[in-house]
Amino acid sequence: MKTPEELKYSKTHEWVRFISETEAEVGLSDFAQDALGDLVFVNLPEPDAEAVKGETICDVESVKAVSDVYAPVSGTVTEVNEELLDAPEKINSDPYGAWLFRLTDVSDTDDLMDAEAYKAHCEAEAH
Amino acid sequence: MTVKTPLYEEHVALEGRIVDFAGYFLPVQYPTGVIAEHMAVREKAGLFDVSHMGEVTFKGRDALANINRIFTNDYTNLKIGKVRYGVMCYENGGCVDDLIVYRRGEDDFFVVVNASNRFKDVEWIKEHLEGEVEFEDVSDSYAQIALQGPLSGEILGKYTELPERYYSYIDSEILGKKVIVSQTGYTGEYGFEIYCAPEDAPEIWREILKDERVIPCGLGARDTLRLEASMPLYGHEMDETITPLETGLDYGVKMNKEFIGRDAIAAKTDNRHRIGIKVTGRGIAREHCDVYMNGEKIGHTTSGTHCPYLKGAYAMALVDQAYEPGTKLEVDVRGRRIEGEVTALPFYKRGQK
Repeated sequence: MKTPEELKYSKTHEWVRFISETEAEVGLSDFAQDALGDLVFVNLPEPDAEAVKGETICDVESVKAVSDVYAPVSGTVTEVNEELLDAPEKINSDPYGAWLFRLTDVSDTDDLMDAEAYKAHCEAEAH
Repeated sequence: MTVKTPLYEEHVALEGRIVDFAGYFLPVQYPTGVIAEHMAVREKAGLFDVSHMGEVTFKGRDALANINRIFTNDYTNLKIGKVRYGVMCYENGGCVDDLIVYRRGEDDFFVVVNASNRFKDVEWIKEHLEGEVEFEDVSDSYAQIALQGPLSGEILGKYTELPERYYSYIDSEILGKKVIVSQTGYTGEYGFEIYCAPEDAPEIWREILKDERVIPCGLGARDTLRLEASMPLYGHEMDETITPLETGLDYGVKMNKEFIGRDAIAAKTDNRHRIGIKVTGRGIAREHCDVYMNGEKIGHTTSGTHCPYLKGAYAMALVDQAYEPGTKLEVDVRGRRIEGEVTALPFYKRGQK
């Protein structure tokens, strides 16, 4: 299970890569993709969508089930990774390369965890 | 209460992701993942633990009369060594379960039922037995392993003779252990099911997996394979509110003989139809999605997923009438209307590339 040190993580298993203080990229963690299994469909947010921390922003589907993706922080969607529409399996094969969307005006970042805290969170959840 | 199948330790050793299914701890997938397991069965071979399935026996002078009255199919001309599908109905024509019958002797039948319905089935059958018949639930005396895929004959043939025809079986031995091997399955692919004593199952399982062309497969792939092959599943395409004719099982329902539920099925005039839907818009329709045509609700989906071999989203639905393939419709997926079209069943048929 990989949890890169330079990223921040949410309890709901999204990762956040800060591009600047107010801009960030969001994806699903290795733990999340492993738990979800083979992904076959991604429903990305609309550009300009408002992300509200803790609320559903988009969803991903495995062969077995649909799962909500929660906004790990608040902000405005500036860009979505359209490459994933035709290749959702990239989330499985390269979870930290397969960003879902980019945000600007990022706020509500206080609850994000560093890699160490997130690893402990995953271990607790796995048991 | 959840019980372990005789192969539980094998699943753990293979790092299967264990879930509670119908009261049995079984792997939903192994680390290979559902898609790789599904493709293995379509292209090579996959091995499944299906020990959760229930087995019951009918023996005695009136065994045949009982199964002919309690089940919808006619087993009179079923030969020893052959297998035949059937359904068991309530008086109102709804389904108690679906099953397959093995004729073991003139007055000896071995019947395989769904794990989730085992106890309900046993109760129902006991309440309806008549005459000279010995009925027994032998589920705990059998483990069941399914080897499915185009290479399964070549692989299993290393250990035993094989039943030559689809829906036939032989009594044989694998590694010196007594088995029943039938050419049956729930994947839409060429393959075999092996019944053996629970204590013999791990050795047979491990031996078959020594062949590098086989991978172990879990319940996830079992479901996507049966759905891709459009095989009905109890609790989805049929239940106590759906008659076997509504779900398109006409071939297993003989209306020219008496059976429990026959009169209700014959009298029913508002029959629904099971159809296949190919999702042409973006998304995946799963079960319990409303289906619309020209804005009118015509029914609901009973199962649906992304089919790995066909590489698309497909669903089965129960709707108000039959529709021609190609008919456009819409499926409500979590509040979003997604376009689809009626597609002939089965979605996948063996040998079609």
